[in-house]
Amino acid sequence: MALLQIAEPGGSSAPHEHRLAVGIDLGTTNSLVATVRSGMSVVLNDDHGHGLLPSVVRYRPDGAISVGYDAQAGQGDDPKNTIVSVKRFMGRSRKDITHVESMPYDFVDAEGMVKLRTVQGIKSPVEISADILRKLRAQAERSLGGPLAGAVITVPAYFDDAQRQATKDAARLAGLNVLRLLNEPTAAAVAYGLDNGIEGIYAVFDLGGGTFDISILKLTKGVFEVLATGGDSALGGDDFDQRVFCWIIEEAKLAPLSHKDARVLLTRAREAKEHLTAHGEAPITVKLGSGEYVDLRLTTELFADITRTLVQKTLGPTKKALRDAGLSVDDIKGVVMVGGATRMPQIQHAVGQLFKQEPLNNLDPDKVVALGAATQANLLAGNRAADDDWLLLDVIPLSLGIETMGGLVEKVIPRNSTLPIARAQEFTTYKDGQTAMAIQVVQGERELVSDCRSLARFELRGIPPMVAGAARIRVSFQVDADGLLSVTAQEQTTGREARIEVKPSYGLTDDEIAAMLKDSIDYASDDVQRRALRELQVDGERLIQATQSALDQDARLLSAQERADIEICIEKLKSVVTGEDRRAIDVAMDELSRGTAEFAARRMNDSVKQALSGRNIEEFDA
Amino acid sequence: MSLLQDHFALLGLPRRYRLDGTDLERRYRDVQSRVHPDKHAHLGDADRRQAMQWATQVNAAYQTLKNPLARGRYLLELAGHDPQVEHNTAMPTEFLVEQMELREAVAEARSSGASEVLEALSDQIKREINNQFRTLQPLLDESHDYEAAAGLVRRLMFQEKLLQEIHDALEAIEA
Repeated sequence: MALLQIAEPGGSSAPHEHRLAVGIDLGTTNSLVATVRSGMSVVLNDDHGHGLLPSVVRYRPDGAISVGYDAQAGQGDDPKNTIVSVKRFMGRSRKDITHVESMPYDFVDAEGMVKLRTVQGIKSPVEISADILRKLRAQAERSLGGPLAGAVITVPAYFDDAQRQATKDAARLAGLNVLRLLNEPTAAAVAYGLDNGIEGIYAVFDLGGGTFDISILKLTKGVFEVLATGGDSALGGDDFDQRVFCWIIEEAKLAPLSHKDARVLLTRAREAKEHLTAHGEAPITVKLGSGEYVDLRLTTELFADITRTLVQKTLGPTKKALRDAGLSVDDIKGVVMVGGATRMPQIQHAVGQLFKQEPLNNLDPDKVVALGAATQANLLAGNRAADDDWLLLDVIPLSLGIETMGGLVEKVIPRNSTLPIARAQEFTTYKDGQTAMAIQVVQGERELVSDCRSLARFELRGIPPMVAGAARIRVSFQVDADGLLSVTAQEQTTGREARIEVKPSYGLTDDEIAAMLKDSIDYASDDVQRRALRELQVDGERLIQATQSALDQDARLLSAQERADIEICIEKLKSVVTGEDRRAIDVAMDELSRGTAEFAARRMNDSVKQALSGRNIEEFDA
Repeated sequence: MSLLQDHFALLGLPRRYRLDGTDLERRYRDVQSRVHPDKHAHLGDADRRQAMQWATQVNAAYQTLKNPLARGRYLLELAGHDPQVEHNTAMPTEFLVEQMELREAVAEARSSGASEVLEALSDQIKREINNQFRTLQPLLDESHDYEAAAGLVRRLMFQEKLLQEIHDALEAIEA
C-alpha cells in the first residue's frame, strides 16, 4: 500500500538524515530500550551486555542513585530506599495499591498520587520512573553515539488516563521527547505482524510483572486495528510471587517477618516460580535473619492450585474483550503470548483451553514489546522507507464519563472507541442567575461516580446570568492517539466564549516539569543546555525543509499573496535558526506554524480527495 | 473535501442506507492512512493539529456508518427527523410489555448466574434486530417514509439497550 504522499515532504527533504529514535518498554520488573539499526529492530545492551534493566532504583544516603542490577543487588540490605515495581504506583493513590502492608516503603499519601519517603527525600513514582528512563536514555545515547530525537514509550493497554499521564510526565522529566505512548500489546502485534507478514484477527495475551492486557487486533495490509482491549492494571507475575510467599509463611509457620527477611523470601518465591517453568518441582531453602529455617518443596500441581484464582482473573477480561469486539474464540486466528509471566505452564494451558488452540510463543516475550516500539519510533521520527509503512489504530480502554445529578455517571466516550476521538456534550444551569458550574470527569465502567476514577474536576465561571436552563455550555472531550484526554468548554448562547483548558488533576503542569528539570543536576550542566538548543535548531531546520517541500509540491493550492506570506515566515525563521537565541527560534517556528495552518488544511483536503479518487467517482456528488 | 462535510461525503459515499461494508472499510483505511496523526508526527504544529481533527472526524464517520442503527439514526437526522427528539409518538403497548418482560428475564438470569439463558436471549435479540435492519433499508432508501423509519429506529434503540444489559449481566457473572 503506497499511500505516502502526504508524509513525503518531511521525509524526502532530508533523505540522508537519520533521526535517532528508540522504543522503551518501561516494565514493572524489567525495562529495556531498542532501536532500528540498518532496517532491523534490536535491543540496546548496557556495557556489560545486559539487554534487560531491572526496574529497581536505590536512593543512597550520599545522594547517589543506582538503577538496575546494582540496585537490585542491594534490595535485601536497604529495602526502604530500594524501590521495585514502581510501575504499580504510577497514577495511583495509596488505597488503590494492593499488598501495601507487606511493602517495606514509607508511603506518603499525597493528593492524587502516592509518594515514597526515601533517604533522598520524598519521591513520586513519576520521579522514580524518570530515574529508570534516564538510565535507559544514557545507555541508548552512548550506544547510538548521539542525542535522541524521540522515543516511543510503551504502557499497558489497560492503563487509564492517570497512569498514562504519569508515564508521559516521567519521560519528559527524563529529558525524552515522547513521540507516542504505545500500548504494549499493540507494540507486540507490530513486531509479530511485521516479522511474519500475517493477516487476520489475532489476540495478544500480555501478562507482565504487574499488569495484564488482552487486545484483539485485526491485521490487514499494513493496518493494525485494535478491535477491543481489556485487562487488569494490577495483576501480574508479582501476584504469583506473592501467593508463593504467603504459602511459604503458612507452610513454614513463620513468625512476622522483618522487611529484610520479607524481601529475601519474596525473591526466593520468585525464583521458585521461574524454576517451575522448566521443572516439576522447586526447592525453597533459606535461612532467615530471624534464625528460622525454611526448607520446602513446591510442585507444579501445588503451584497451579494456589494461583488458580489469579489465572481465572485473566480469563474474565479476555472473554469481555472478545464480546466487545463482537467475536467468538473461533474467529481468532492466533494468540500471541507476551510478557515473562506467560511462561508459566498453567497460563499457557488456560489460554490454550479458552481459545481452543496452541498459543504462539515464537517471540521472546521479554523483548517483543520494546522491539515493536522501536519500529514505531523509527516510523514516527520520519525515517521511513517508501515501502515500509503501516498504520496503528488503537482504542481507549476505559469509558469516559461525567458526573450528573445524584452522583451518577453519564458515559460520554465508551470504552474501545477508536482513537483519536472527540465528543461534545451540552450542559445547562439549574438555578436562575447561576454563573458557575462544576464538572467532574471520570473514567471507568461503573454507574456510580464513587466507583470510577476521578480524572478532573473543574469549575466553569463567568456564565452570563440567565434563567435556569437557558445557558448552553458545550463541553468538548478530546482523546488523542496516546489515549490522553483534554477538555474544553464554552458558553454558546451569548457568543461570549468562556473557554478553558483542563489538565487532569494528577498530571504535572509544564511549569512543574520545568522546575523539576532545573532541580536535577542533569539540567544544570552546559552540555544539556547546548543539547536543547541543538535539538531546537534541528526541529526548526526540519520545519523549514518540510514547509519548503510542501510549497514545491502544492503551491497550486495557494494564491501568490498567500505564498509570499509563508515565504516571509520561512525567511524569518531562517534568519534565527542557526543562532543561539532559543526564544527567538521558538517564536519564529510558532509564527511559521500559524502561517501555514490554512495551507496544511488545504493540503489535507487534497490528499483525502486523492485517497478517494479512482473509486465510484460517479457517486461522489450523489 | 472539508471537515464540515457530513459523514457520507467525508468518505466519498452517497447518502443512503444500503452500504457495502467492505468498501466502507477500505475507504476508511485509505483516508485514515493519510490523515492519522502518526503520519504527521514529524511535521510542524499546523499539520499535526489538522491531522488530529481529520482523524477524529474520519473515525466518527466510520463508526457511525459502520453500525446499522447509528447509520439509520444519522440518515434520519440529516433528513430532519431525529428519532430521539420525537418523543411524542408513543411506542405500541405490546412492544413495551414485551420489553419489560425480557428485562425481568435478564435480571432474573443475572441474579441466578444463568449465563446460558443470557447467551440464548442475546442470540434471539440479535436475530430480531437484524431482521428489522432489513425492513429499515427500503423505508430510508426507497419510500423515504421517515415517520415509519423513525418508529423502527426507536424500537431498535430499545433492543440495543436490552442487548447491552445482557452483556453487562454476563460480565457481572464472569467477574
